[in-house]
Formats: sequence, structure tokens, C-alpha cells
Amino acid sequence: MAEASRSRVPLLLSLPALLFFAALLVTPLVMIAVLSFQSFDLATGATGGATLSNFADTLGDPYYHTIFLRTVGIALATTVLCVLIGAPEAYFLSRMRAPWRSIFLIVTLSPLLISVVVRTLGWALLFGRNGVINNVASGLGLTSAPIPMLYTIQGVVIALVHVAVPFMIISVWAALQRLDPKVVRAAQSLGAGETTIFIRIILPQIVPGILSGSLIVFALAASAFATPAIIGGRQLKVVATATYDEFLGTLNWPLGAAIAIVLLIVNATIMLTYNRLLERRYARFAQ
Amino acid sequence: MNRNGPVALLCHSLFVIFMLAPLIVVMWMSLTPSNLLSLPTSSFSLRWFRAILANPQFVSAFWMSIVLGVVAATCAMALAVPAALALARHSFPGREALVGLFLSPLIIPHVVLGVAFLRFFTQVNITGSTAGLLASHVLIIFPYGLRLVLAALTAADPAIERAAISLGASSWTVFRRVVFPLMIPGVAGGWVISFIQSFDEVTMTVFVATPSSMTLPVKMYHYIEESIDPLVASVSTVVILLTFLLMVLVDRIYGLDRMLVGKG
Repeated sequence: MAEASRSRVPLLLSLPALLFFAALLVTPLVMIAVLSFQSFDLATGATGGATLSNFADTLGDPYYHTIFLRTVGIALATTVLCVLIGAPEAYFLSRMRAPWRSIFLIVTLSPLLISVVVRTLGWALLFGRNGVINNVASGLGLTSAPIPMLYTIQGVVIALVHVAVPFMIISVWAALQRLDPKVVRAAQSLGAGETTIFIRIILPQIVPGILSGSLIVFALAASAFATPAIIGGRQLKVVATATYDEFLGTLNWPLGAAIAIVLLIVNATIMLTYNRLLERRYARFAQ
Repeated sequence: MNRNGPVALLCHSLFVIFMLAPLIVVMWMSLTPSNLLSLPTSSFSLRWFRAILANPQFVSAFWMSIVLGVVAATCAMALAVPAALALARHSFPGREALVGLFLSPLIIPHVVLGVAFLRFFTQVNITGSTAGLLASHVLIIFPYGLRLVLAALTAADPAIERAAISLGASSWTVFRRVVFPLMIPGVAGGWVISFIQSFDEVTMTVFVATPSSMTLPVKMYHYIEESIDPLVASVSTVVILLTFLLMVLVDRIYGLDRMLVGKG
């Protein structure tokens, strides 16, 4: 009796959420997968049947090649910059004293909680031809002509770094919390300098944190929508904005579904292989 | 503990400026008295905040987002609390898979969820309905609430519960007097963070929101696509201030740094 009720309790408790996920996550994802195999007709829309032509279009058309490559390029650049900026910043934060540590942790991480649209608007105001940065630069006599930043890849990357770098800091911060301060003190007592300690002692131990942070940042940047749409404009399409255009612009839903499925598969594959590699490489850090 | 050197402090200051610059520019520009986007230096005005009230679309989108966030966060917590109790207090076959499923909205690109919901809602004929919008928001904010409740439950010492049982408390009394009080900070913090996630969401919502069910971020996105003017800066300032208020709330009930970096 006790056994039976014990095994039923967790099921009953998680059943509402489970049913909800089956109805609202599994069903829509299956539907979109099915849709991606349907053919499209301008007059009637999705026409049923089974075809691979949407995937052939997505993977074969140079137009979509450019979009996928641009998306990966933007995501990679964002990831590299987030590592270069976020990892040292997490280290600086970890060396601060109370109360500065908490204050700056909140200052640097709380933009996470503010709408991406608002933060991207801020970058659009900074980047424009008559934006703040160009006005200040020409006011100081640094530039003669406005530097193009809005509607450029660099602009998109900078704004995405702003959106994603808090995740890198969180991830590296977690790795730094697991460091044994005695090792650093031992290195100091043996005469190691600041830089040596960082490169030889700290860095190797926070690499797992940097790598898992990179994973989050890459996934976020590769599927970002609002930031590339606003900063990149209509010309610099990425996968997310191209999907949006297929669904709500040209209304070719099966093709849009195929692009979305490719994005999902690429994202999931990168995440799983990367995770697998991380676990194998850093299994010894796990305990 | 080592101190940061001057180079480290300089890098840190530049980083703080980088993080805050776009937010400060938005708030500063919303105070302009002119019709153009310019940083006001000599005179400031609240005219663009009054202009929000004269724009019924922004006002209704704002209330839509508030009501949606409140209802969605409440529904998500109603589903997440029992699920967290099952996951934290019981071990059963398929537990890991269940955790993976419940957290999966965090790793599925929101644009994919957006098109999936759009297709699903069209098939079941509830396109543009508030019910569909609500259901989609409950799904994407569910993992945030679940994580905080789970963290609160796993941080609680199970010995307290065993002590209550050994003193003869019934399982309902244990829940009401021991487990429930322990998980209140997690539930409250989870509710606020779920509300914020719902209030901010744009990538998925842009696919399922229609003019009759328009949330504030989606309305702002469409507005910015057409033109950028001081009005959208003042709306953004309202959003920033509201988010700031909510952060203070989270800090009081759960600890903002604890929520942002997990434990620590």
C-alpha cells in the first residue's frame, strides 16, 4: 500500500505539468516538423503530401547559405567577444570586497531582466548616423564622416554581446566559486606574479565555465531575433528573421518550418556534442 | 583575497559603462523637449511621457502585457509547484527525462517555438486569441519558476521533515507547516521572475500576437521597425523603471544576486 501510493504521488503531482507540456510543446513541435515536409502552393498554401523540397531549398539555395553562414559568423564573433570580455570581468568581480561585489554583480547582470527590445533600442540610439556615438566623435573632432554602425554586422555583434555577456559572467562566476583559494595562496608564496597566477592557476580551472558559457551565448546569438532585426535592418537577414519573413511576409509556411527545423537541429546538435565533449574532457572536475 | 589592480579596475569601469550605456541613453533621450531624437542638455520635459497616455495602442499593449504576465506567472507556478515537489522529494523512473522535458523551453530557440505555436493555434483555430497567447507564455516561463522552487526545496534540510514525521505529524501537516513555509521564497521569487520573462518576451510572441492581442514588447518592436522617435524611448523608460521596481521586489523576497547567479 505504502509502495503503491509512494509511486503514484510523484506522478499525480507532475501530471498537470506533463499533460500541459504534451499538449503545448510536443504537439506544436510535431506539427511544425510535419509541416516542413509539405509542399507549398501560392494559391492554396500548404498542400499536404510529403516532400523534401523545403529542405533542399533551405540547404541548397545560395540565398539561405548566406543567411546561415552569416548567422553562424555573428554567433561565433559574439561568443569570442563574450569570452574575452566576460571571463576577465567575472574574475574582477570575484576579487571585489563586500558590498561592491554584490552591487556590481547586480549592475552587470540585471540588464538581463530588461526587455531585449529596450536594450536594442538603446544601441540603435547610440549607433545611428546622428546617434550619440557619432555625435560625440564628430564633436570631439575624432571623425570627419559618421562611422556606419547601424545596419552593419559589427553593430549587430556589439548589441548581441551586450545581450549575451551576462550569461558568460554567470557561468564563469560559478566556476570561480569552486576554486580553492589555497592554491592561489600557494602559488603566491612560491613567488608567482599576478599574470602567472591568472594564466597558470585560475584560467585552467575556469575553462569548463568558459566553455559552458560559450554554449549558452552561441545558442542565444544564433537564434536571436529582435536585435538583428532592429540593428541589422532588412538587408542583414539572419535565420530567425528569415523564418519570420517566410511566415508573416511571403507566407510560405512549409519553407519557414523547414528553416526553423534546421535551426533547431543545428542548435541541438551543437549543444549535445559540445556537452558530450565537455563531460568527457572535464569529467575529473565533476566531483 | 587579492585586490584588483588599476588596469583591472579600468577594464571593469569600461565594462560597467558598456552595460549601462544603452539603458542610460534611452532614459536620457526620453526627457527631450524636442520632436527629434537628441540628448537634451539644457531643458528637460516630460511631454513624451504624456504622449504615451495619448497613444491608446501603447496603453492597451501595456495593460495586456501586465495582465498576461500576472495570469501566466500564476498559472505557471500552479503547474510548477506540484511538479517541483514531485521532482525534489521523490525518486522515480524517468525523473531525469521529466526534468529535461520541463527545462527544454530554455534551450529550444524561441523563434522555433513561435512558428510551432503559430501553426498549432491555426490548426486548432484559436489564432489571435488571448487563450493561445497565455498558454504559450505559461510554457516558456515554466522552467524559470520550476528552477527557483526546486532550488528552495533542495536547499531545505530533509531532516526537518523527518523530525516532524517522527513527532507524529500527518503528511498534510508536514506539508502545511514545514514544506510550504520553506518553499515560499522560491515560489514568490519564481513568480516574479516568471512575470518578468513573460513581460519581456518578444521573439516567440511576435509570431502569435495579433492586433487584438498585442503585448508591449511586440508593439514596441513593430513601432521601432517603422520609425524611432522619442515616444518609444519614453515607453522604454517606463519598462526600465517597472523592471527596476520588480528587481527590488525580487531582492527583498529572494535575493537578486542569489537569483541571478544561482547560489552564492
